[in-house]
Amino acid sequence: MSTSTRELLRFTTVGSVDDGKSTLVGRILYDTKSILVDTMASVESASKARGLTQADLALLTDGLRSEREQGITIDVAYRYFSTKNRSFILNDTPGHVQYTRNMVTGASNADVAVILVDARQGILEQTRRHLTILSLLGMKHVVLAVNKMDLVEFSAERYAEIADAAAVLATALAIKYFTVIPVCALIGDNVVFGSESMPWYQGPTILEYLESVPVSTIDETEPFRFPVQYVIRPRDDKYHDYRAYAGKVSHGVVRVGDEVIVQPDGRKSTVVAIDGLSGPLQEAVTSQSVALRLNDDLDISRGALISGFHTPATVSDLLIANVSILSDHSLNAGDRVYFQHGTKVVLAIVESVIGKYDLNSLNPIVFNEELRLNDLGVVKIRLSQELPLDRYAELPRTGSFLLVNQFNGATIAAGMITADIELEPSI
Amino acid sequence: MSISTKLTQLDLLESEAVHIIRETAGTFERSVLLFSGGKDSIVMLHLAAKAFAPARIPFVALHVDTGHNFPEVLEFRDKCVEKYGIELKVAFVQDYIDAGKLEERDDGTRNPLQTLPLLDAINTNKFDAVFGGGRRDEEKARAKERIFSLRNEFGQWDPKRQRPELWDLYNGRHKPGEHVRVFPLSNWTEFDIWQYIAREGIELPSIYFAHDREVFQRSGMWLAPGGWGGPKESEKVVSVKVRYRTVGDMSCTGAVESCASTLDEIIDEILASTVSERGATRADDKLSEAAMEDRKREGYF
Repeated sequence: MSTSTRELLRFTTVGSVDDGKSTLVGRILYDTKSILVDTMASVESASKARGLTQADLALLTDGLRSEREQGITIDVAYRYFSTKNRSFILNDTPGHVQYTRNMVTGASNADVAVILVDARQGILEQTRRHLTILSLLGMKHVVLAVNKMDLVEFSAERYAEIADAAAVLATALAIKYFTVIPVCALIGDNVVFGSESMPWYQGPTILEYLESVPVSTIDETEPFRFPVQYVIRPRDDKYHDYRAYAGKVSHGVVRVGDEVIVQPDGRKSTVVAIDGLSGPLQEAVTSQSVALRLNDDLDISRGALISGFHTPATVSDLLIANVSILSDHSLNAGDRVYFQHGTKVVLAIVESVIGKYDLNSLNPIVFNEELRLNDLGVVKIRLSQELPLDRYAELPRTGSFLLVNQFNGATIAAGMITADIELEPSI
Repeated sequence: MSISTKLTQLDLLESEAVHIIRETAGTFERSVLLFSGGKDSIVMLHLAAKAFAPARIPFVALHVDTGHNFPEVLEFRDKCVEKYGIELKVAFVQDYIDAGKLEERDDGTRNPLQTLPLLDAINTNKFDAVFGGGRRDEEKARAKERIFSLRNEFGQWDPKRQRPELWDLYNGRHKPGEHVRVFPLSNWTEFDIWQYIAREGIELPSIYFAHDREVFQRSGMWLAPGGWGGPKESEKVVSVKVRYRTVGDMSCTGAVESCASTLDEIIDEILASTVSERGATRADDKLSEAAMEDRKREGYF
């Protein structure tokens, strides 16, 4: 079966209802034949009930009744579709409410972000905010979908004007790969199929782009990171001395024979075996769940980080990070919180709130004492014990963390350790 | 040395599921795997075995038996439990009916009756993490479900208390008496499940494959006669070649007409299918537009 060798791409959509985001998402699903007859029938009957003459594709992504009743929005809805060579997971974030929190959540697991703008409006303050947030999150691949091209008479000039302005912005924000596509989600132009109304556009459709953009490739030179989740010890006669450290490779590659360092303690060892999910392996790569056996009888438990010996993480109890506030409670200097990083949770204190990003003016940071829901800010955090830390820009999975409320367990904030961190090297 | 490993979508989904299972085992006191003998729960058990091999699965399995289960599936369930060496606890809906704690519904459907025995089993065993095989592609109400879904002491899902899930950091903190439903297959589609079953050579109960069966029509579905109360006098029993796409309570799980008797044929059939898995075969989801959402709030999955 050729289909079992498909690649997986995760992407997120960003934009407000007014930009036609729900219509775009509905259009992608509809035109890739991902909507089954019974689902479509319920959309048609709901459209009819609302007095519409044709099916409103936006209803495919309509919220839950409990959300509508309570006037709240669950941050991300996940949708699935596939084409011949790729499977796609779409992290669909609602546009209006709490958009910063939702965007950060949706983008944290995405390889690609699709931002929508209305061709009549062009680049708005909101678009700048979206791009700024994606830049802070280190999103490498960003597509700007210029929607509602039908309402500007499919004008090549209007498109060029928006594309040029957006490119300047993307460059300033250091977004690595930036693409602009003119679309009309309502009729389907340049979404899955090409456009007869825009013969001047020679580039890919949204789907063609998603099918060809390189998926997160495994980087040989990336430092190896492996947070230990669980120690496997069968304790029976057959596997009497068996002891393996189970986890998922966060970054890099590990091979049998590699020298590693167990952090934060700093003990050195060698990988003698890699037990994969279907048997022994010679190497394990980023995103792969395996169990490592080491040649020394070390006392390692959940929470330890196994790193490449020559490229260890920095061990420190002090860090500076960008944080996105996700809960109703504000974050203030002096707050005591749980710091969840990799497979480790420790107590921490917010030593100071350095400031808040002013996303409207693109002026990086303004002083602010407290950070509230949807704010993006910079904080200094002191940990109750030293942990192995990385910078988010280099190693996002070991450079990110959650702050958790000590009393009700709520996730307060998502954090990204920044580059200007000053830490003592561990060795 | 160049990298020779190339991870396909199935490899990535498998690694993600195993990561979630290990996170749960590493952070909760008492986990339990809901196991019905249906395909999704068999895949779950297979993944759990892989996550801890060569050690045994460090938690138990639980089945809420409605009393209207397909006998082939129950037989298969017991075979599986023995093969994987996991302890199985069974809660019986019939016990609750006999004790007067639950009442039989007019339509004979016992699916909604599973919630109370399930919550009782969770409470008496003090389970704090409950693995389910739910997938987000199944139904609209599940598209927004978390991988770690926090439930209060009544088993209810409160949208306001669900936590954002970023990167691969899962926050399972809960108060005493509360528990977390864990869905390692969240990102799998029906198609992924079948492909994985084929790739791994996972055995399934016979009713998933095309066979001749005595069935009758009700609300456009082929239902199997049995002790649960069907058919009515007006409903005519005929023999049809069918298979099941999902497996649940006999009273509300419909068969689809099919000649697909091998995994490859089933996969081809799904690719060509124009109706969703639940739409085709589950009467319990058809009750109202928000049926699944309502049941989830009541503590069902």
